[in-house]
Amino acid sequence: MDRPVELPVTEKVKISVRDLNFYYGGFHALKRINLDIPEHKVTAFIGPSGCGKSTLLRTFNRMFELYPEQRAEGSISLDGENILKTKIDVSLIRAKIGMVFQKPTPFPMSIYDNIAFGVRLFEMLPRVEMDERVEWALKKSALWNEVKDKLDQSGASLSGGQQQRLCIARGIAIKPEVLLLDEPCSALDPISTGKIEELIHELKADYTVMIVTHNMQQAARCSDYTAYMYLGDLVEFGATSDVFMKPKKKDTEDYITGRFG
Amino acid sequence: MERAIPRGQPPARRRRAPWADALFSAMTHGAALLTLSLLAGIIVSLIIGAAPAIREYGIGFLWSKDWDPVQNKYGGLVMIYGTLMTSFIALLIAVPVSFGIALFLTELSPRWLKRPLGIAIELLAAVPSIVYGMWGLLVFGPILSTYVQAPLQSLFKGVPLLGALVSGPPVGIGILSAGIILAIMIIPFIAATMRDVFDVTPPMLKESAYGLGSTTWEVVSRVVLPYTKTGVVGGIMLGLGRALGETMAVTFVIGNFNQLDSLSLFEAANSITSALANEFAEAGEGLHQASLIYLGLILFLITFVVLSFSRLLLMRLKRGEGSRT
Amino acid sequence: MSFATLDPGRLALHRRRKRVNVVALVLALCAMAFGVFWLIWILVETVRLGFGGLTLDVFTLSTPPPQAESGGLANAIVGSLIMVSMATAIGTPIGVLTGIYVAEYGQRSWLGHLTQFINDILLSAPSIVVGLFIYAAVVARMRSFSAFAGVLALALIVIPVVVRTTATMLGLIPNALREAAYALGTPKWKVILLVTLKASLAGVVTGVLLALARIAGETAPLLFTALSNQFFTMNLGEPMASLPVTIFKFAMSPYENWQKLAWAGVFLITLGVLALNIAARVLFRNKH
Repeated sequence: MDRPVELPVTEKVKISVRDLNFYYGGFHALKRINLDIPEHKVTAFIGPSGCGKSTLLRTFNRMFELYPEQRAEGSISLDGENILKTKIDVSLIRAKIGMVFQKPTPFPMSIYDNIAFGVRLFEMLPRVEMDERVEWALKKSALWNEVKDKLDQSGASLSGGQQQRLCIARGIAIKPEVLLLDEPCSALDPISTGKIEELIHELKADYTVMIVTHNMQQAARCSDYTAYMYLGDLVEFGATSDVFMKPKKKDTEDYITGRFG
Repeated sequence: MERAIPRGQPPARRRRAPWADALFSAMTHGAALLTLSLLAGIIVSLIIGAAPAIREYGIGFLWSKDWDPVQNKYGGLVMIYGTLMTSFIALLIAVPVSFGIALFLTELSPRWLKRPLGIAIELLAAVPSIVYGMWGLLVFGPILSTYVQAPLQSLFKGVPLLGALVSGPPVGIGILSAGIILAIMIIPFIAATMRDVFDVTPPMLKESAYGLGSTTWEVVSRVVLPYTKTGVVGGIMLGLGRALGETMAVTFVIGNFNQLDSLSLFEAANSITSALANEFAEAGEGLHQASLIYLGLILFLITFVVLSFSRLLLMRLKRGEGSRT
Repeated sequence: MSFATLDPGRLALHRRRKRVNVVALVLALCAMAFGVFWLIWILVETVRLGFGGLTLDVFTLSTPPPQAESGGLANAIVGSLIMVSMATAIGTPIGVLTGIYVAEYGQRSWLGHLTQFINDILLSAPSIVVGLFIYAAVVARMRSFSAFAGVLALALIVIPVVVRTTATMLGLIPNALREAAYALGTPKWKVILLVTLKASLAGVVTGVLLALARIAGETAPLLFTALSNQFFTMNLGEPMASLPVTIFKFAMSPYENWQKLAWAGVFLITLGVLALNIAARVLFRNKH
């Protein structure tokens, strides 16, 4: 896409992507992406395997920098700052952007320490305030009632769905503004998936949420805006109801109706 | 469409050698029992061999400083102290250095450098201990004496505890030298083990920590290290076991002198393994030989205790990360 | 919250974390340099002092008396070759069979767990203690030191190493492979020998090579079993010279000709052991 689709005037732009190109070594994985992400809404990224949706998600918190052969060119502006070229330290950027992965990744420590881990990186809170923060984060991710009596047990002792909510709580605890969810339900059973989808709906009141999913029905259920990607291109972007009911491009329609992918 | 029917009968199912399974199974079970009986044999023969000395000295052997073949009086404190002290110094140096090496190899090293450096460390592990011993005595010792021991001595002269530690002739032998050589010997084992377990940490776990905004040091020390603690402790125990049982690297440089008169790390001293290496072949049958075997038994027990202790420590650590329901 | 304004408390914490990170990473680099430095120094000295003393005599003449004009290490080299290869030949089958037991028969039995635990103990037992055991069991019985006793002592060191690597390698083979063989009606012993063991052969052979490299450099177990011999012999019933023990004797002595030969011997052992390790590594990589 060359020019981003204009968002309705009522929407504030949280992240602005302009001419983003991404390379794995010599392989051109993302091709001139132009996109505006609206604030306090859920934006879903859909597309067949290998289309670049996870790659795109991982540019927002510069996770690709851990791997030397990956590089990004272009600009990604968050609150007016191009995070790809900024001099601001990357860990401060990551403090504003939280990420949850496909498989739950509890740290090898107690539930309490899992949540406190991120907070301790940035704030020196006395014990009472830390307790409050942990409780707040767990309540926000709908896990508090299930774990409030066993905060000192290992994070790994929880079920899969609970572990994933723990990871969400861990990300929320540092009070980010953006949440990146990379196929968060792909390793979970349907009931846990349902709980997390409800959670996403509540989270958007406070955060800008971006979710990558290969489950189209999930995208239709959860998101306000949807981006369809194919082979590194952003093919179509718009309000979810528009993309699913009256797609503008034939490729989008083919994918949505299941003709391929 | 007609399916062609293959001609002939399927081969008659008969087992050529129905006893083969039983024989093979018996062979493997037998080999396992042999391994078990070897351990039993070692313990039994050590006890039998040491019996005269055990009868004579009992437990007091452990804290007696005498070692006099002429008067036939023996006590193991000098050797036990030497063994424990050299291993302690070796671990003190080797563990942080190995951790640093593992950290470098997994997080810092440029890709093209990882393999060669990793191989270099593993080759260091393969070098036989006699090479370390000889190099330690003839090359390293003189250098240690001039550039480390002599300066340390003048630095701490008169200081109460430290001064005593660095007293004695600075000729490049003694407990400190042996400890340093041992450290160099066990670094490759501990570093290679740490590197291996750091490498198999799931990338998603590390990315979760980076995603929260952690620095590299925080990711390694607060997430990777706890995740790999089983392997790390195992590696350290492996190194400790090697240090305790090492003969050649220690024998060359420890001085082989049965004294424990001063706390000095520079004085000639003795360890269990070096005492055995030097004296056993000529020791006459009787109390001398029995005392040496007694020392061997003690060393074997120390190694066994270290192994069991590491298992216990691991169980404790697993409980520390929060109990699992 | 925008980036521009960060309260001083957070900024101070952030700066401290960055400093700690840099210090830690620099120390890691130093540790790496430290390790590489020793390796280079040891190898360089070994080559310098050992290679210089390498002449044809070293391989053809036996060990000389002190301060003699000529001499070599022939008896020690041959002795080492004989004892090491025999010990590997004896220890490998026992080790492989026990490893097969642990991985294929004894995964759930108490004997299997016990064997693994005992094997770990043997693996970390000091090699000099193994020498003591063989002394008591063989040398004292036979009333003489012998190369045969030396071979047994070395075999006892080979066995736990081979057990460990065999059991580990077999354990890595996925069950699906075994099940496919069983599904055809293959008896258990054939499944193990012709399928599972064959699949992990490279790893098992690597383990044997590493055990070989380990005992090639072992001195302590030979000190009071095979002892040493000034002269050339191939008789297993007699004491036999070996490179490590000869080096030990010569290096601790004050005689210059002996010390020179000791360095040559050290060079040869290092070369042989490193060559074996590299061979094992290449073999393992090729099969994967």
